[in-house]
Amino acid sequence: MSVLLEVKNLSRHFGGLRAVDQVSFSVQEGAIKAVIGPNGAGKTTLFHLISGYLPSTEGMVSFMGRDIHHKKPFEIAALGLGRTFQHVRLFHGMSALDNVMVGRHTRSSAGFLSGMLALPHARREDRAIRERAMEELEFMGIASLADTEATSLSFGQQRSLELARALALEPQLLLLDEPAAGLNMHETVEVGETIKKIRDRGVTVLIVEHDMSLVMNISDEVMVLSYGQKIAEDEPLAIQKNEEVVRVYLGEDDG
Amino acid sequence: MQRKKAIQVSLLAAVVIAVQVFTSATGSLFYLTQLTMSAYYLLVILGLTVLMGYTGQISIGHAGFFAMGGYISAMLTTHDLTQYKDNSLIGLLDSLGLLVERTGLYGDNLLNVTPWAAFIAAIAVTFIVAYLIGGPVLKLKGHYLAMATLAFGTIIYTIVSATPIFGEADGINAVPPFELLPGLVVSGNIALRTSNYYIAWGLVIACMYLLLNLMDSRVGRALRAIHGAEDAAGSMGVNTAQYKLRVFVLSAVFAAVAGVFLTHYNAGIGPSEASVMKSIRYVAIVAIGGMANLWGALVMGVFLNFLSLRGYFGSFDDAVFGGILIVIMLFAPDGLLRQGNLRALIGLFAKPSKEEGV
Repeated sequence: MSVLLEVKNLSRHFGGLRAVDQVSFSVQEGAIKAVIGPNGAGKTTLFHLISGYLPSTEGMVSFMGRDIHHKKPFEIAALGLGRTFQHVRLFHGMSALDNVMVGRHTRSSAGFLSGMLALPHARREDRAIRERAMEELEFMGIASLADTEATSLSFGQQRSLELARALALEPQLLLLDEPAAGLNMHETVEVGETIKKIRDRGVTVLIVEHDMSLVMNISDEVMVLSYGQKIAEDEPLAIQKNEEVVRVYLGEDDG
Repeated sequence: MQRKKAIQVSLLAAVVIAVQVFTSATGSLFYLTQLTMSAYYLLVILGLTVLMGYTGQISIGHAGFFAMGGYISAMLTTHDLTQYKDNSLIGLLDSLGLLVERTGLYGDNLLNVTPWAAFIAAIAVTFIVAYLIGGPVLKLKGHYLAMATLAFGTIIYTIVSATPIFGEADGINAVPPFELLPGLVVSGNIALRTSNYYIAWGLVIACMYLLLNLMDSRVGRALRAIHGAEDAAGSMGVNTAQYKLRVFVLSAVFAAVAGVFLTHYNAGIGPSEASVMKSIRYVAIVAIGGMANLWGALVMGVFLNFLSLRGYFGSFDDAVFGGILIVIMLFAPDGLLRQGNLRALIGLFAKPSKEEGV
């Protein structure tokens, strides 16, 4: 197994606040790795730094051996890094299928001119995009909703759709920002199963999550952040017994 | 999908032909003049629909691009170069066949740039200006983008209404006809009214076909994704800055083409074409047409421009479009002619029959 993502001494300061402070870790190919931590620990900031949505103050990120630090989100996506958002970010005004079809953007090439002229190769490519997008909707079990406007789907369906869209990118690495937030227990279990299925397709998963049961069930490895710093990184069972982690999550026992 | 579009565009062509046949049969060919002018304005509106309605980037400066096309073409085809004949640059242009000698309105001999060369120059300048302006301006969002494009329009208005070479407040007149191909001339000459109607509507049909295709393509989906959630579009690998800029330039070029053709058709152009009220009119029509709805923009564009050009709005002309914009923003900020709204409207009328069924 090789290292797919490597993060070294990554920091992001907002004024005096060190949202992410000297964090280093790596993600092995084929693994499910979770990042947990209390609110405000810097988990989402860390995701934004990796996927190019925020510039880092210092540090280094390399993906598949390439330095992706300072690259723009669209360039990072094109390298095969997909992501979802903490607050579902679907393309409103577009059908579920169209949403997923946008996910094929980096895997297709028709430009303005061939699109306007509807050239044969562009139309062929479009058919392939449509088929692949339908497959992803089927994989997520929402194929029957293909023609529904994305934002009129239920919350759980919207989360599934966002996943389908990210999968259409054929990512090597998928960053999931709280995929179970706002879901009930039953749906959370389903999300866990889905994430395992995604891993079985050969996609490495890095997940930020609050839901402990989900994280402990599916992760190969867990990293814990607190106040922007990494305080632990281990297997789920060991994390559960880690005193520092328990203290951060449950508070100190000194009244 | 492709067949559906082909049928729709063919229907449009059929309607265009039917209108011409009808007006000629009823002896009301004079309507074709306003329909021709409306068609040219439609080119601006359709381009703006893709920029504003589909991609979500407002521009209150598109009259500026229209005027750039019209004015550059008008200036080059009317400005007499006879006195510079000995200048080596003019000599070079002449030897390249880009200049033409013709007789002016008062029997004087003029040396002008040919309409084709002027057309290409006008489009090239608009392309470059749109590219240079669009780069920084499209980093802005919402009202800030609106204000920046508004300022651009105001600058163009000020330039054309205060520069002697552009005729200041009088604009430029006596613009010669534009011979596209031998026998196919853009001109307001009454004898050429029917052929000019077909030139203008031929452009609209072609433009409609290209843009419908575009919105149904990979690029079109990316543009709608930018409107839907710009950050998420980036995470799908869409180069949002580049796409916004390209659509901006595309719509600016459409506006400039319209400006060139309408200026040759009207044989002149005045500063009012560059005014903010014209830009607002385009925005209002895109909005009432349903924002992300090319067909809605087309129908509303013809309808409202035709009424305006026939003078039905009288001295309230600009006020009507301002009023439309206010009403739309208050009651249907996503645009009037939208699928949801249309369905609701149909539902309103369909209700009684449903109850009968029950």
